[in-house]
Amino acid sequence: MSDLGRYARVFMTFARNSLVRDMTFRTNFLLQCVSSLGWTAMNIGFYLIIFEHTGSIGEGTGWDRDRFFLFIATTWFINSLVQTFFMPNAQEFSEMIRTGGLDFALLKPIDTQFLISFRRIDWSQLSNFFAGGLIAVVSLWNLGTREVDPMIPSVLSVFLYVIFVACGVMMMYSLMVALSATSVWLGRNQSLYNFWFYITNFSRYPMEIYDRSWGRPLYGFFTFVIPILLVVNVPARIIAQPVSEQHGGHWFVVWAAVATVLSVVASRWMFRRSLLSYRSASS
Amino acid sequence: MSVAPVTPGEATSLPAPGFGHRFSVWGMILRTSLGERLVYRGDFALGTLMRFLPIITQIFLWYAVFDSIGAAEGNDATTIGGFRFRDMVAYYLLTMIARAFSSMPGLASGIAQQIRDGEIKRYLIQPIDFIAFLLLTRVAHKLAYYAIAVAPFALVFYLARDYFVDGFPGAQVFVAFCASLIMGFLIGFFLEAAIGMIGFWFLEVTSLLFVVMLFSFFLSGHMFPLTMLPDGIEAVVQFLPFKYLAYFPAAVFLGKIPEDQLWIEIGIEALWLVFFIVLCRVAYARGVRRYSGFGG
Repeated sequence: MSDLGRYARVFMTFARNSLVRDMTFRTNFLLQCVSSLGWTAMNIGFYLIIFEHTGSIGEGTGWDRDRFFLFIATTWFINSLVQTFFMPNAQEFSEMIRTGGLDFALLKPIDTQFLISFRRIDWSQLSNFFAGGLIAVVSLWNLGTREVDPMIPSVLSVFLYVIFVACGVMMMYSLMVALSATSVWLGRNQSLYNFWFYITNFSRYPMEIYDRSWGRPLYGFFTFVIPILLVVNVPARIIAQPVSEQHGGHWFVVWAAVATVLSVVASRWMFRRSLLSYRSASS
Repeated sequence: MSVAPVTPGEATSLPAPGFGHRFSVWGMILRTSLGERLVYRGDFALGTLMRFLPIITQIFLWYAVFDSIGAAEGNDATTIGGFRFRDMVAYYLLTMIARAFSSMPGLASGIAQQIRDGEIKRYLIQPIDFIAFLLLTRVAHKLAYYAIAVAPFALVFYLARDYFVDGFPGAQVFVAFCASLIMGFLIGFFLEAAIGMIGFWFLEVTSLLFVVMLFSFFLSGHMFPLTMLPDGIEAVVQFLPFKYLAYFPAAVFLGKIPEDQLWIEIGIEALWLVFFIVLCRVAYARGVRRYSGFGG
């Protein structure tokens, strides 16, 4: 138990240090917030334009405007958490391997993966978490008060939602750890962010849309091998669609829970394997 | 940025360079920048191929959207803003080409930085024009980029050939398409260079740049065809020059611009180009007058 307390204390120190660092350049911090919010606004504009022309994403999938915006809010929650806590660290990790700075991390009397994963926190990215919150509130309000087919999520759905958003963050974290572990073998991995963006791009839409013709292999691969389709879809479906209408959706919920555990374990294994192949740079 | 090709001795010995000499200088700049670019070609080709991955998501997203309105395929396919489902996919692929011409990564911020750290002094003393030099290096970078990117682009377009329902356009449209690409490159260049010149007046332009980039991304039609916008907004956006960076070339290729208006539209684009060239030149001339350089 004291071990856990120690890790919590170290984490708090990291969080405080990062905050101090961010607050040193306050204008820069504000600009970063504004720029991520600008990006969010643009995406909202794009989806609003789509819904000017259509009633839902996909025939009979149930993703109408209000529900789809709940989906987007979920995407925003998960992505902002990943970008706040893990993205800056993953980028730094590739750099540490290239420069040999990883030596110092390995010497410290603390779990290396913990140290690597939490050292830097990018507080400005949390602005998108609040943007997601705003989107969620507006679309829940619209969904609850509309004339046709109104819906208010049950307490159980909200509870499960929070849990599966956390699962989604953990799956994304695992994918990121696995990706950055490959930079030990590849020497350098500057396009990590790009690759990350292209892969997670698949998770941004309801998984039903891939379930046709040549999308099926993709659908299967990104559900069962690299489960990124579950990351947003499972929590979003829990909050946005009534439990009675989830055709076989229950199995995805169970599988998402199992997949979270599996991906955390697999990425941890991969991380440790990659450390074994690490040969320090320079000297 | 390396400026190795022009040695000071060579330049000062020729205060009024003739055309032959000027061309050899340009040739040298081009060759050096090309060499610089071709170093990481493998990485480059792979990176280009990966850029097409988001299109897969777009294909499925738009199929789902069209499918929920009416028929996504077939003879009486539904249209949104004049685009059928297959046109939409073709549109996204074509905007990738348009962006390959018009995007200028790091141009404005590079200019602003050269102004800030005083590197621009070099161009004030050497008999070489700053804007021409930047344009030539950019041309070289683009040429090197196309030399490598042509393979992944050809592969993707071959795989996606069925999305081009009307096949290859006629000669006239194709000429207009090429013209719009080249002018798109030039408009992109002079627009960004002009923004970079703001660095003469303000030391920090990053935030301003970001706002412009954001607008340009949205209004250029990179995210969706501009005809999808509500009528009132579309009229304004069609008037702005951002559309030449992505939407316009793609719309020309797909025959979305009526033939009788095609050359008028191209003419308007040429006028915008002239406007940005003049703007960039004036901003540079005025900026240099304001500028004061100290030290070595």
